[in-house]
Amino acid sequence: MSEPRKARIATTSLAGCFGCHMAILDIDERLIELLKLVDIDRSPLTDIKRFTQRCDIGIIEGGCCNEENVHVLRDFRRNCDVLIALGQCAIMGGLPAMRNAIMHSDDPLRECLEEAYISGPYLRNTTHNIPNDPALPLMLDKVYSCADVVEIDYQIPGCAPSGDVIYSALSRLLAGKFHGFDRETIRFD
Amino acid sequence: MVEAHSTGNGVAAPKDARNSRAITGICDRFGNDPHRMLDILRAVQDRFRWISPTAMETIAEATGLTRIAVEGVASFYSFLSLEPKGAITIRLCDDIVDRFAGLDDVVKSFEDELGIKLGTTSVDGRFSLEYTPCIGMCDQAPAAMINDIVVTRLTKEKARSIARALQSEARPQDLISPQFDALSPYERVTMAVDSNIKHAGEVLLGPVPRDAGLEKASVLQPEQIVAEVEASGLRGCGGAGFTTGAKWRLAAAEADTDRFVFCNADEGEPGTFKDRVLLTERADLLIEGMTIAARAVGASEGLIYLRGEYVYLQEHLESVLTERRTRGVLGTDIMGKAGFDFDIRVQMGAGAYICGEEGALISSCEGLPGEPKTRPPYPVNRGYLGHPTVVNNVETFCHAARILDRGDEWFHAIGTKGSHGTKLFSVSGDCLNPGVYELPYGLSVAELLRMVSGEDAAAVLVGGPSGTMISRDSFQRKLTFDDLATGGAIIVFSGKRNILEIVEYYMSFFVHESCGYCTPCRVGNVFLQKAIQKFRKGNADSSDIDYLRDLSATIIETSRCGLGVTSPNPILSTLENFPLVYSAVSKKSEDGMKATFDIQSAIEEARGIAKRRSYIFDRDYGK
Ligand SMILES: Cc1cc2nc3c(=O)[nH]c(=O)nc-3n(C[C@H](O)[C@H](O)[C@H](O)COP(=O)(O)O)c2cc1C
Ligand code: SF4
Ligand code: FES
Repeated sequence: MSEPRKARIATTSLAGCFGCHMAILDIDERLIELLKLVDIDRSPLTDIKRFTQRCDIGIIEGGCCNEENVHVLRDFRRNCDVLIALGQCAIMGGLPAMRNAIMHSDDPLRECLEEAYISGPYLRNTTHNIPNDPALPLMLDKVYSCADVVEIDYQIPGCAPSGDVIYSALSRLLAGKFHGFDRETIRFD
Repeated sequence: MVEAHSTGNGVAAPKDARNSRAITGICDRFGNDPHRMLDILRAVQDRFRWISPTAMETIAEATGLTRIAVEGVASFYSFLSLEPKGAITIRLCDDIVDRFAGLDDVVKSFEDELGIKLGTTSVDGRFSLEYTPCIGMCDQAPAAMINDIVVTRLTKEKARSIARALQSEARPQDLISPQFDALSPYERVTMAVDSNIKHAGEVLLGPVPRDAGLEKASVLQPEQIVAEVEASGLRGCGGAGFTTGAKWRLAAAEADTDRFVFCNADEGEPGTFKDRVLLTERADLLIEGMTIAARAVGASEGLIYLRGEYVYLQEHLESVLTERRTRGVLGTDIMGKAGFDFDIRVQMGAGAYICGEEGALISSCEGLPGEPKTRPPYPVNRGYLGHPTVVNNVETFCHAARILDRGDEWFHAIGTKGSHGTKLFSVSGDCLNPGVYELPYGLSVAELLRMVSGEDAAAVLVGGPSGTMISRDSFQRKLTFDDLATGGAIIVFSGKRNILEIVEYYMSFFVHESCGYCTPCRVGNVFLQKAIQKFRKGNADSSDIDYLRDLSATIIETSRCGLGVTSPNPILSTLENFPLVYSAVSKKSEDGMKATFDIQSAIEEARGIAKRRSYIFDRDYGK
């Protein structure tokens, strides 16, 4: 008798802080159980940079602040059956979206970059330039949530979500029994 | 050094002293009473064209308040200004009705002739030009206020000649008539603004014998008056439709020595102007009705809260009040009955829609910012200064006076079950005969549209933005409290009009008019407006419709007063009655990618900053 097919999972961190990926590791020793059920494809955890084949689940940390984020996110959408937005940055832009508050300006992105690299009071930037290496992706006019750019199937809320919440969501999803969270698990007050 | 300093101030000092004397004089005139703060600030605004920081300090000192309390009031009302305004301030109504009637051309004429942009004041301090929401002249739009004067039916030519006249030193009054000063108060009003009565019904706008209701009431016991009004089935005409008799009974039942009767003449709901017509043509009847109410509940003081936009009616109302005092039908021993004492003061508002909400109206009369009060207690239990206060609409009082004259059965027989009597409808927009129609309750919208020659209507907004927008397939619905309730506004839109443009305008109205106390109303309405903009730009999808519904539900559930509770109505009623308008502009995702996200516009700004193209999204990158 052949073993049941393992589910393939891919993960990525867009405009996030990697905190959600750290939170994935907070699943701790249950990771061993989980890894019996899944193979990890493209992910910072495996250091695989491209999809090797179609995946069942894609897990996205972070929203979109630059064009590369959009590119990667769309690639995930094309290559994964189910997309999960993990954490507040993926769900609604999170901390990076604070720059979206600069809205009463004709050129909000420039204002943001100038404050960050040139005029901010606590800076020491000897070049007095805004970084502009050709390898740097272009920034977006504002930070977008993942759901602004592609269809998202599930959200796992939290900043970062706890290892327990992630484990419970993933294991139920793999068992075909995930129907969202009950209120108590995702209460933060 | 010291000397140089004092001479430096030498020029200004006498003027400062004079100004401060003028301000203390104004405060004195209102008894240095903090409850009269709105009157004080209006007078200071009139005289100095703004409320300066020093003025606020002087007022604070005179009234025993802190400066910040004074500023709290001064900054609340849009007709009070914390920056210097022009000696002549032109406020153009920017309602959607005026926009559709050619407002843009009018604005351009004023801007050209005065040499200033909308929203600014000329350098010489002579003119300010700004927008204001509906000023109650929708049947003769576009309209504007020029200081305290109203001008209507503006065209680009008329606007030009007005601006020129004002520049060559004409007073605003001269625009109404060269003989303005010689006119009676009533003539001054009617020369400026047409009453536009298009259909007179048998209760209010037909012939009305003078003081016949008051005569009967003066020999009845208060309890009998209440019973008669209750039996007539009269319900409030200001929008909410509370049974008037029941309201009076509650106020009368409170154990208190002081009770008040307030008339709500704030008429702020865009599209409503029937109270304007009653105040012009039936001022006597209104005051008669208030006097009857006073007898019914045992009040000796009353107040007419007149919206700032209707300041041109103030003098007329004062003259009617004076005339009634002379005739012995107002003041002490009314109709010769010892102890029947009741007098009325006109309280001017200062440009705040929310002050039509009865709690906010009372706050405003108390000299506070016009913020609604938490209910309960209701005004009938604890209202003005904590005393039982009956607040009724202008039309409601007029009906009450007629009921006392003709009897409850007569009134009850008119209209339909649950909606008795007649109602004034203010009709404006895309119809040939805009104006005021007095009709029995129970007509269908289609019947009304026939009367006003508005058969081309594709949409009708019943009850103003806080009411319901209906489409052709609902024109058979009835104008009653149980079907389409309305405070009287009927705005007709033809098929040429863009529904989402209308909706967006009305959301901007609520954004502007929210008092700001409840976050869901203050912030939520901004988000609703933005969401509608998203639809108009073609960037919305079906999830945005869910968003509109969810956010609307939150605002309705968590707002303190009727403004917040009704502010999502332009959206909810069009979602319900014009679903195709929304779905036609919603985009569908393709292969899981959101069609509403446009990468090209999202990176456009960065291309300019980085001075390079995208290596991912520009095909010609590197060429
Ligand atoms: C935001 C808001 C604005 C209102 N504006 C008016 C108004 O301009 N005139 C009016 O008579 N009632 C207005 N009302 C209704 C009043 O609160 C109150 O119900 C009414 O004056 C009672 O009088 P009635 O029973 O005779 O209608 C408004 C209510 C709200 C919530
Ligand atoms: S609902 Fe809006 S207008 Fe009413 S009290 Fe709250 S913030 Fe003010
Ligand atoms: S006065 Fe302009 S719409 Fe009412």
